[in-house]
Amino acid sequence: MDVIETDVVIVGAGGAGLRAAIAVAETDPSLNVALTSKVYPMRSHTVAAEGGAAAVIKDNDSLENHFNDTVTGGDWLCDQDAVDLFINEAPKELTRMEHWGCPWSREPGGHVAVRPFGGMKVERTWYAADKTGFHMLHTLFQTSLKYPSIKRFDEYYATDLLVEDGRCQGIAAIELRSGQMRAFAAKAVIIATGGAGRIFPFTTNGGINTGDGAVMAYRAGVPLKDMEFVQYHPTGLPGTGILITEGARGEGGVLINNEGYRYLQDYGLGPPDPWPRKKAMELGPRDRLSQAFWHEERAGKTVATPHGQAVHLDLRHLGEKKINERLPMVRELAHSYMGVDPVFEPIPVRPVVHYMMGGIHTDIDAATPLAGLFAAGECACVSINGANRLGSNSLTEILVFGGRAGRGAVEHVRSGGKDVDRSAVEVQAGEAQKRITALFQKPDGTETVVGLRKEMNEIMESGAGIYRSKESLEETCKTIGDLRRRYADVRLEDKSNVFNTDLVQVLELGSMLDAAHVLAHSALNREESRGSHQRLDKTERDDDSYLKHTLAHYAGEDDPRLEYLDVKITKSPPGERVYGGAAS
Amino acid sequence: MTEPTLQVEILRYRPETDQDPAFQTYTVPYRDDWVVLDALNHIKDNIDRTLSYRWSCHMAVCGSCGMMINGEPKLSCHAFLRDYYPNKIRVEPLNNFPIERDLVTVTDDFMEKLESVKPYVIPKQERAVDEGPHLQTPAQLNTFKQYTMCINCLLCYAACPQYGLTPDFVGPAALALAHRYNLDTRDAGREQRQEIAASNEGVWDCTFVGECSQVCPKSVDPAAAIQQTKIASTIDWYKALLNPWGKR
Amino acid sequence: MSRKPYLRKMPKSWWLAQRRYTSYMAREMSCVFIGAYSVLIVLGLYRLSQGRAEYGAFLDALQSPPSLVFHAAALVFALIHTVSWFSLAPKAMPLQIGEKKLSGGPVVLAHYAVWVVVSAGVLLVARI
Repeated sequence: MDVIETDVVIVGAGGAGLRAAIAVAETDPSLNVALTSKVYPMRSHTVAAEGGAAAVIKDNDSLENHFNDTVTGGDWLCDQDAVDLFINEAPKELTRMEHWGCPWSREPGGHVAVRPFGGMKVERTWYAADKTGFHMLHTLFQTSLKYPSIKRFDEYYATDLLVEDGRCQGIAAIELRSGQMRAFAAKAVIIATGGAGRIFPFTTNGGINTGDGAVMAYRAGVPLKDMEFVQYHPTGLPGTGILITEGARGEGGVLINNEGYRYLQDYGLGPPDPWPRKKAMELGPRDRLSQAFWHEERAGKTVATPHGQAVHLDLRHLGEKKINERLPMVRELAHSYMGVDPVFEPIPVRPVVHYMMGGIHTDIDAATPLAGLFAAGECACVSINGANRLGSNSLTEILVFGGRAGRGAVEHVRSGGKDVDRSAVEVQAGEAQKRITALFQKPDGTETVVGLRKEMNEIMESGAGIYRSKESLEETCKTIGDLRRRYADVRLEDKSNVFNTDLVQVLELGSMLDAAHVLAHSALNREESRGSHQRLDKTERDDDSYLKHTLAHYAGEDDPRLEYLDVKITKSPPGERVYGGAAS
Repeated sequence: MTEPTLQVEILRYRPETDQDPAFQTYTVPYRDDWVVLDALNHIKDNIDRTLSYRWSCHMAVCGSCGMMINGEPKLSCHAFLRDYYPNKIRVEPLNNFPIERDLVTVTDDFMEKLESVKPYVIPKQERAVDEGPHLQTPAQLNTFKQYTMCINCLLCYAACPQYGLTPDFVGPAALALAHRYNLDTRDAGREQRQEIAASNEGVWDCTFVGECSQVCPKSVDPAAAIQQTKIASTIDWYKALLNPWGKR
Repeated sequence: MSRKPYLRKMPKSWWLAQRRYTSYMAREMSCVFIGAYSVLIVLGLYRLSQGRAEYGAFLDALQSPPSLVFHAAALVFALIHTVSWFSLAPKAMPLQIGEKKLSGGPVVLAHYAVWVVVSAGVLLVARI
């Protein structure tokens, strides 16, 4: 077994992983960083984020506004100490991105421009046209190239955390091009592997978003927090699930049903001004907008498309010039994948799984309960997003908490403590290798990746979607439990070593099933409706019982063990979420 | 009525068993809104689990799924079956890169070249966070904006005969990114970048075939970046010639 | 080690694989004719320096059928060369006024205009 010795190993090289790597390199250039990812950094899904990143920079805004919008948007499930820290660091992080060359869109005088996003009292989203995630990812990746202490291990699929003596001491990972398992021995590990949207059939997430990193931590005994909260983005293209940014509504796009009516005014979001009023109508929060669609669909007021029901996102009144300038990618995507030119026709859209608020339980320093293990980005849950993330907070989150994870890891390495137990690392990585070898040697199993994945996708959509109930969640828990058992019999059809994507898909399916399992059980146990978690049988928020984070602990083949942790409330007591005219 | 189908011919290469790459033909359902990537996913899910290729975003921004499609480098998530139907589609790994397996190529060479041109802001003077963002007008941004659009999909390398014939050539995407930083008002690192960019293996290996710009899915126009770098380097050369005592 | 990356060689006929490659090669080929034509002009000057009779013989030789064929071909390639380079010129000279990038049209037109002016100038000098 090859053992690669380093100081900090990072799993995942998207926005959060790259930011963490840069933070380590800047804080202590003498520490070696191994930056691993199952894809090349610029393929990471940060690349697909479109609309922008929130931070207070303008005089008409205040940190207090950002705090309140975030906490209200999260339906008071956010930890307020974390939100406080987040909004304070946000402008500094985005400024750093500017210094590193991020091509932010500008005002005529040269200042960074901002646009409004859903649930915001004042516009504060920095953007680079409608390709903000792409530009941030490439800026971070290219900037990371200047630090000699960052050594990349591209296309390594991490399978296991190596834990000995209550400390995280590295990872085991397969080099995809050779099929060789390698051990990375390090005093600190940072997980930054993104979300798990692929457990659902219809998602904006790329094929790589399978929850591997979060589940790797979960299996090593680290709890997953608030996994029941799944954000549906209100505007995805039917069929492909391609994201049409909230920026389109921030610029003035409107949502209409099959009668040409701006239906959001019927869901407490009015008045329907012809201009984009903050926190109202199309600029309401994502959970409310997605839920409104669900009701419209049931009322028969949606539009039939070859790929299911949809509503119309109308941008025509913005005119060609503004669309080309502010939303070029929206126009291109709608044209290529829907055959619709938004300058002349409305775009069919529907809610689509977009973001997991939940993830690896961390504190405000991005540290997990396992010594030496840190996590940041969508795979982590600090929590600043609570029960519903505010649009454009996630791109900022990867910077703020990616940076904190990097600095925390440096601190941890420098604080001394025992050296990595190299023999334990080798033994454990050897065991990880054996599990993979067993997959190769197993006589042909009876279950297929495709079959299990399809059943998982279907039950997640029908049982744990925008609206849930006790019955639907019980059925989901049961089905996912069965699928996990059947997974033991999954068939690896490709037995070769070099770039075996069948093997990768088998392992990814295992991660997704565990993530889905936690999600379903956490949702079943939360008997209330809050933010993105809406129960048809428990329609009210219940602060007495559930102003708490769910913590799910791995229990092997059994159901996860759930416990609860009080939400940190510092200055904003739970209140009513007010949107529409009353909010502005 | 039987569902319409389409034949997809894929260049397969499994290094552990194959001596040379060879074509294998699959029949897939034809849907007019499918892209070639959908057909590949259909094959992987339903016909042949051993087919290997890279993909992720399915929206032409992650740059993973570049392939030769009927001889042209394209993103397979942005190449619609309807543009080929009812004819057969031939899919091969990107030209000019070694094949790791099937449609997966070895792209280490590009990663090294990208790193060699220092594609990051090299400021004249470090700016503290407290000083806030730089001022940069929309006009200044627009001088380099198009060159920031590169998704590193490597279609331009596959299209460039110079890169195929002269593997040392730094190549279109890397040179376009060098130019992007040279034009950025926040940057002062042009001289450092010129070491590679203005060398023989840099812009001077380019004979202006122009094909890189033709195939670029993001209209980056690397050929333009390279020609502009050539002109700037030529001016540098004359300046040095006319004023040998000046600062180089 | 299971890896065995396979490098496909570029076929010698790569420039026939695609119309755009072929027209690129035509542009490259044009230099042969333009080079040959330059040699011819130098030769003409040399003959002129030798005297009236030699120069007359040179002019006569220019009217032979092989020479006419060569001149026709050189003209075609010179045009290919000129037109293709002119059309590529905007890439090397981007125009931007304020925020707006201009199309390459003016740059191309300017090249043609200079061409016309220079040609007219040469003709004028030749007339004198």
